[in-house]
Order: sequence, then structure tokens, then C-alpha cells
Amino acid sequence: MKPNLVYGARDWSSHPPLVFPAYRSTTTRGPKKPLVPIPQTLTELTAPVYGHDAIGPLDSDLTRNAAKNGEPLGERIIVAGRVLDEAGRPVPHTLIEIWQANAAGRYIHRRDQHHAPLDPNFHGAGRCLTDAEGRYRFVTIRPGPYPWQNHDNAWRPSHIHFSLFGHAFCTRLVTQMYFPGDPLLAHDPIFQSVPAFARDRLISRFSLELTEPGWATGYAFDIVLRGPRETPMENR
Amino acid sequence: MPAQTPSQTVGPYFAYALTPEPYGYPGIASNRLVDIGTPGERILLRGRVLDGAGEPVEDALLEIWQADASGRYPTEAPGEARGFRGFGRCGTDAEGRFSFETVKPGRVPGPDGKLQAPHIAVIVTARGLLNHLVTRIYFADEVAANASDPILALVPEDRRATLIARREDHPGGPVYRFDIHLQGEQETVFFDV
Repeated sequence: MKPNLVYGARDWSSHPPLVFPAYRSTTTRGPKKPLVPIPQTLTELTAPVYGHDAIGPLDSDLTRNAAKNGEPLGERIIVAGRVLDEAGRPVPHTLIEIWQANAAGRYIHRRDQHHAPLDPNFHGAGRCLTDAEGRYRFVTIRPGPYPWQNHDNAWRPSHIHFSLFGHAFCTRLVTQMYFPGDPLLAHDPIFQSVPAFARDRLISRFSLELTEPGWATGYAFDIVLRGPRETPMENR
Repeated sequence: MPAQTPSQTVGPYFAYALTPEPYGYPGIASNRLVDIGTPGERILLRGRVLDGAGEPVEDALLEIWQADASGRYPTEAPGEARGFRGFGRCGTDAEGRFSFETVKPGRVPGPDGKLQAPHIAVIVTARGLLNHLVTRIYFADEVAANASDPILALVPEDRRATLIARREDHPGGPVYRFDIHLQGEQETVFFDV
């Protein structure tokens, strides 16, 4: 780490508010006192390092990493893209973790009681490292929408959860990727919590280039993390 | 110029991906940061996550990041294995409880080059948190170091106590207690960093 390297601020205009009443759980869980700004120190400028030892050989292929006696049911898809910083530079060799519901909209999580079948050949979690150009690629099954208790007749749009570290504690990002044209997006308070101008950044793009003939459709999803800036530390 | 990808909640169903051992899937981190050879003072960090109504948050994920006992972060190149990773994860249980087995961190340099008080950085995510929260755990028995810490000094004095874990000495070793209040009178200080 260069001693004078810091990261640009979290762009609060692009992120959801901490309390967004339409998403009911935020009303008792989102902090209400102002966040306290602090400078980035060694603590925030370093991050855990995960290498190939953390990744199993099938971890980026969710159609195979939990298969027991066949293939999971559902629409096979490829989800791929790049992790970039705000200057457009690739974020190489960084860990991406994903998780999702199965094609029927059911999570393997023990608390998920949605009346839809589990798939014995699908776990729904995967991980990979970006390559030297920040690229990643997962093979999975398109997740189904599922009902939840937020409001009457509430359904989550199909989505895949993403968790990223980047190269500093302060570049951590937890987000969700959605699918183009999903009619549930208009009714989902979690998606709608993002300011309107920034919502498109969470929607993947169908990609014929990523689509593999006779095998799987492709969706492109790029992720942008906070970028490093060469600035004297005192400037914050 | 590309713009930051907006944050979304981790949701209630992250456990089988992020703390997945009970599901028979290996995780990248657990709540045990130490093994038998890790140098430093062994500590147990315990606490609860509570919402604005004082109810336990049963589906939060805590992540901690800390220096080793000599005040060094494991910042080596990707791919290199090393004993102390400095990173842990723990999901809360039905009572909102979490725990970490670790070592008390050493002091690391602050923005002015002076040493910061020993601290552990914490990320809190949960259903109902649309953005992850960032806080720090300081140690009650580091009175002098805490008094000169440049980050604590930026926190309004009447809220500093929310960042300080209290020490209990047990036969099995020291336990530091640190509760996280997402809202309310005792709302924990969260940082914009």
C-alpha cells in the first residue's frame, strides 16, 4: 500500500437511505443518528486477502458445485462481467461471493419456509476471484421470484446477491443483481430504495456474446467499487 | 467515468453462502481467527445486535478486521497463505448473539503517524440494512491509548462509550463485551469512512 493512497468517498447519492419505510425492516434497523466521518487509516486501507486456495474447482459453477445425482432444474445462465473502480480501472484478483434462490424461488436457508421445492442438485452459493483484468464469470440457474412478508402480496424480483471486498476494508460492497425487463422491479421496495437515476446499475444486460449456443443464455453485469485516489491523507 | 454500484441489503438468507459450514459448504472465514500457535493475548469477543425496539437481530452478519498482536495487518500479496488472516465472520443467533475467538490487536499507525489505540474494525450487515455499517471496537482497559486515539477524538464525547468493549476476566481468559445498537438512545456510532 502506498502511504498517500486513499479511496474516494462512499457516494451516498447513489446508495439507498438507511431508513426507507417502504422496506419495513429498515424502520427499526436503520441507524437514525448521523454517521461520523473519519479519515481512512491503515485499518480501512487494508483488507483480507483471499487467493486461489479459498476457491474450490467448481465454486464458480453453481450448476455443478452441489450436484448430487444430476443437474439442477431451471434455465441455465452465465453471469459475467468486470469489477472496476470509479476511474474505470479493473479490480484484479478480488473475491466475489454470490448466493441466490433456486429456479422455484426457494432458498436452501433453514429459515426459508416458502412453499416451493428445494432442488437436491442446487445449493445456490458460489465464489470466484476476478482475473488480472477484473473479469469474473459464473454459471448458474436463473433464480425464481419469491414471496415475502413486507407488505400484502409482496414478491421479490429474481435476483442474485453479490458480496465483494475490493482491495481495502472501505471498498466492501454487498449488493444484488437483477434481470432486465422484470415486471416485479417496479413493485420491489428494496430495488426502489436506490435513487431512480442509479437503479439501472443493478440490472444485468442480456448478452448474445456471453450466450453459448445450445447451452446457456448470458447476462453481463459490471460492478463498480470506490476507487483509489492519490491524495495526501490530511485532505480528508 | 463509471459510477459506484449501489448497495443492497444482504437479506435474511446469506448464511449458506457466507457462514456456510452448517450447510456442508466450506466458508472463507469463521468466528475463530486463532489457532494454537497464534501469538498474543487470547480474547473472546461477545455481544448482541439489537434493533431500535431493543429486540435481538437474529439475522445479522458481523465481519471483523484487525491487526495481529504486534500491530500488523496481513497485507501480503494475493494467494499467499499465512497463519493470522485478521478477518472473521459470525452470524447472529436467535438472541442476536455473536462471538469471536481472536487475539487482542496491537496498535497501528493513525493518520498523523502516531499510534492508534488497539481496535477492531467491524462491518454489520443484516436484513433491513440497505447499506453495510462500519464501526470499531475499542477496549475498556486501554484508557490512556483511548484518550489519545485520533479516531475516537472525532466521536462526540457522549457517544464514545458505544465503541468501547468492557472487559470481564473469566477462568478461561478475558471476555470483552460489545453490544451493537442499530437504533435508539444507545445507538452505536457508525462511521462514514
